[in-house]
Amino acid sequence: MTEGAGLIVFVAIIGGALRVSTPFMFVALGECLTEKSGRVNLGLEGTLVLGAMTAYAISFHSGSPWLGVFAAGCAGAALGAMHGYICKLPKVNDIAVGIAMMLFGTGLAFFFGKAYIQPSAPRLGSFSLGEWTGSQQIATALQINPLLLVGIVVAIVMAWAFANTKWGLIVRMTGDSAPSAKAMGVSVDLVRFLATTIGGFLAGVGGSFLSLFYPGSWNQGLSSGQGLMAVALVIFARWSPIRCVIAALLFGAAGAIGPALQSVGITQGYYFFNAAPYILTLFIMIASAGSKQAMRDVPGELSITK
Amino acid sequence: MTDVAEPLRAGAIGPSHWDDLSIRVRRSAEFVAIPLFALVVSALLFSVFLFALGKSPLDFYSLVYRGGFGTAFSLQNTFQRSAPLILTALAVAVPARIGLVIIGGEGALVLGGFASAAIAIPLVLGKLPPIPTLLIMAVVGSFVGAVWIGIVGYLRYARGVNETISSLLMTYIGIAIMNFFVEGSLRDLTNPNKPSTMPIGDAYMIGKIPGTDVHWGLAVGIVLAILLHILLTRTTFGFAVRVSGGNPRAALAQGLPVGKLIVICCMIAGACAGLAGFFEVAAIQGRANASLAAGYGFTGILVAFLARHNPVAIIPVAILFGGIVASGGLIQRRMDLPDATVLVLQGLTFVVLLMSETLYGRFKIFQVKAAADRT
Repeated sequence: MTEGAGLIVFVAIIGGALRVSTPFMFVALGECLTEKSGRVNLGLEGTLVLGAMTAYAISFHSGSPWLGVFAAGCAGAALGAMHGYICKLPKVNDIAVGIAMMLFGTGLAFFFGKAYIQPSAPRLGSFSLGEWTGSQQIATALQINPLLLVGIVVAIVMAWAFANTKWGLIVRMTGDSAPSAKAMGVSVDLVRFLATTIGGFLAGVGGSFLSLFYPGSWNQGLSSGQGLMAVALVIFARWSPIRCVIAALLFGAAGAIGPALQSVGITQGYYFFNAAPYILTLFIMIASAGSKQAMRDVPGELSITK
Repeated sequence: MTDVAEPLRAGAIGPSHWDDLSIRVRRSAEFVAIPLFALVVSALLFSVFLFALGKSPLDFYSLVYRGGFGTAFSLQNTFQRSAPLILTALAVAVPARIGLVIIGGEGALVLGGFASAAIAIPLVLGKLPPIPTLLIMAVVGSFVGAVWIGIVGYLRYARGVNETISSLLMTYIGIAIMNFFVEGSLRDLTNPNKPSTMPIGDAYMIGKIPGTDVHWGLAVGIVLAILLHILLTRTTFGFAVRVSGGNPRAALAQGLPVGKLIVICCMIAGACAGLAGFFEVAAIQGRANASLAAGYGFTGILVAFLARHNPVAIIPVAILFGGIVASGGLIQRRMDLPDATVLVLQGLTFVVLLMSETLYGRFKIFQVKAAADRT
């Protein structure tokens, strides 16, 4: 490989990481909030797909992609609210409900999305971080979308709110010990319901990025496990919104290796690189599960790490 | 965890044999009545959904009946699809007995099917007779499936890796592995359309059950379900599994090899799913390609939950959902509904079913008389 090709691959991976990471980031932040309140929503994969479909459909009909983003969030919030409501019933297991919501959300998205596979909807705009280099190639590779910045802002606000606000304290307390939250007069079910709903909203927004920016179209193979990987990522990020962003960028980079190599004509091991994010997630889960640090930071009420 | 592990039998507390029987009947009645109720409610909700879209629910259900159960042809089509569903549902139910929620049956099915198609290539080229070839394929397919889900179980026990997430991740990895070979070194270049392995050929396809148009997978699935039921309810192994599922700490304190039991349950699960993949290759597809990932692994999750992880109850539930899946094509053509209609129905049923978990113990009719009566 020549030096030029090496640079292109490097820039393509950075650019790809910035693009690919955004949906991971939103789903991970949503899940982070939900898990902080002591509940697991495994159904965010379905939320992501339904969000992608909704955003595309609304953008197609209204002509406004940002309205699509908002609608995707609302669809996600609806699924999240459903999860939150069902899980508050006694004897119902949140992990199983998550699996059901995953199937239900995907089913709804495929059902209503059939009509939107062909038409072309207006996409979200972008700007480039690479204009100053004067290189057209780099400028194109570093095209990013405002949603990435929104995600980073959400992460910072969330981290600040967890540490410094009454609401943040209530969410953390509910997640660490439901009995003490109850003793403080906090409605555990309501807090978890809201945390799951808002988490669903964020995951839905993440889905809108998939269909309206990158890859930028709606089809049934749009998300294959990103939502699930993002859930796994939260454990790795040890329930910190800022670390969620960093982990999402790392995953984005892993996902971008394959396409980046392809762009310079290396197609060997294409399937391996396609599988790379899954394998990476699995290894990260193996490495981080049961570690002392993870055990220290885990919300006490969480069933996923038990 | 949910009450995935069956509660301990109430047998010992009844004063006489007849009371014991009545307690059992009442308890089982609850396990049948509540899932049935959930099925009816989800069918009604789905009717509302269809009605809101301007489609006739009556048409829909009559098409499900006609496409899945109404004629001899559709019934055989249903049985054809029930076979992999029984096996993939067993792949969920067996680990559930030890408290694990494993949803990676699809991956084990795909890899098991692929492995059996791959091992068949040299055997077929070497002109080994069909019966030993099929036996080797079945063994290899279920072995690969067993190792695949066995890894999930090992990671769960040894490292505490969440088995639900890891098993689904392994499904994506499994499908990628199959695609890697099917579109690469093992691709049959004489088939220009869909990347596939070399077909095993008509002579090597597994036969039908005599007198029917249904392949042997159904019979094997039913026999396996019954055998696993006996294993889980009538043997020391099954008892140890139940204890470990109910309370792992108590089981460890009793000296039960919980880790080993977890891995064995997962391996049984993977072997079932891998076997489903073998039958898809040896009885339906004749080769391995992307069609193996048809979603049987995911429908199997719902089947297992509806059957409350009882292997014998899985058989009728799998036939019901085999019929619903089989009628999908007819519904698509006649009612102009997308193929995902069946997925929505499945998702909705799953959600309603889990909501119904909250009803257990709320109806007096199913309750065993209070402890006070006995003392």
